[in-house]
Amino acid sequence: MRVTQGCFSFLPELTDEQISRQVQYCLGKGWAVNIEFTDDPHPRNNFWEMWGLPMFDLRDAAGVMMELTECRKVYGDRYIRMSAFDSSHGWESQRLSFIVNRPKQEPGFRLERHEVNGRNIRYTTTSYAVDRPEGTRYGDR
Amino acid sequence: MNLQSSSSSIPRSAGETPPVEQVDLRREFAEVGIGEVLDQLDGELIGLKPVKTRIREIASLLLIERIRKRMNLTSGVPTLHMSFTGNPGTGKTTVALRIASILHKLGFVRRGQVVSVTRDELVGQYIGHTAPKTKEILKKAMGGVLFIDEAYYLHRPDNERDYGQEAIEILLQVMESQREDLVVILAGYGDRMDKFFASNPGFRSRIAHHIDFPDYSEDELLAIAELMLCDMNYRFSSDARQAFIRYIGLRKSQPLFSNARSIRNALDRMRLRQANRLVADLDRVLTADDIMSLEAPDVLASRVFSKNSSG
Repeated sequence: MRVTQGCFSFLPELTDEQISRQVQYCLGKGWAVNIEFTDDPHPRNNFWEMWGLPMFDLRDAAGVMMELTECRKVYGDRYIRMSAFDSSHGWESQRLSFIVNRPKQEPGFRLERHEVNGRNIRYTTTSYAVDRPEGTRYGDR
Repeated sequence: MNLQSSSSSIPRSAGETPPVEQVDLRREFAEVGIGEVLDQLDGELIGLKPVKTRIREIASLLLIERIRKRMNLTSGVPTLHMSFTGNPGTGKTTVALRIASILHKLGFVRRGQVVSVTRDELVGQYIGHTAPKTKEILKKAMGGVLFIDEAYYLHRPDNERDYGQEAIEILLQVMESQREDLVVILAGYGDRMDKFFASNPGFRSRIAHHIDFPDYSEDELLAIAELMLCDMNYRFSSDARQAFIRYIGLRKSQPLFSNARSIRNALDRMRLRQANRLVADLDRVLTADDIMSLEAPDVLASRVFSKNSSG
């Protein structure tokens, strides 16, 4: 099941050229672009691992793309996203985020129903991927 | 017949972008706007003949390269990395800033910013510190010009475990693989840069333009001084001008003379003396002319003259 979170996730995968143009848009707005990765695609997993430091003071997308290439070399089997942080007063938060890399196989989520007091049901979603330990979730099966 | 020839020309002009066959060079030149930058270079930088010639050559090449691209005559992106060598104060940094704007106007760098760094900003203090530091600077310079001042400090031949070598390797790699993303300019004093290139042959071959900055002649130094004063809204009185000509002659023969930088420092000291002279007489009514002009005593009070007379 294709994970859809952040911008553009209902579109076909962005090409590197398109990613670069989006990054340039962010830089043009004065946002700092970060690269983050994870192998836990749960929608409530907000805090992904950061690849390096947030990239403040860049002028051109080529610098970000250089880091993305590096990150793909190491974590090419996981989800990688770009997030753009706006440090200006009043915002001081993330303005844009989109996925730029995803695993070949996305096994999707299972729904667990817990029957609790009375006939009430509580629902939990769990990614099939997290059945395996961290770091080996998207390797060859 | 007539109809046929006109109909064959229509799809051509209405087509997407057919390769251009004729180019009005003058219009092209004006469109790009490097004329102004080059004129500014001529007007604001005194002397430096070989440097200006070289920059004109590079600018012409890039202009032609641009036109060739429009004519679909493909040729790889020219290597634009440069090295500036010359004595202290010969204007290496100033020219680097101008180069960036020329390259930007011609579209060979996308943003045109100049990131000016020295060893400190590239080389780390402990193992694993250098690579991220160098990369961070490279990322900031992407789309513009990376100016490495006193580049020979990157290489410390006496210490083979120096982290400078790591920075050099990363630089070389990016200079080669991302030629269209950034231009690297190395600068430093001539003899030490020669040694640096000798021990890092990779650098020498990756740099297409080696530009040597000559020392200024005495006339040029005087012209520089007058231009600097004009910018600061000062001027020499005629006596002071004569004194300053003598000052340049004497100062040039002394050790540690660093061309335009020494002139700037001398002028700053003269401004101090002038201010002191003016303040000494509080009863006087000053005109704008008094405040603007540097007099001969301001120049002659310099240590350069006293040293010469005593020794």
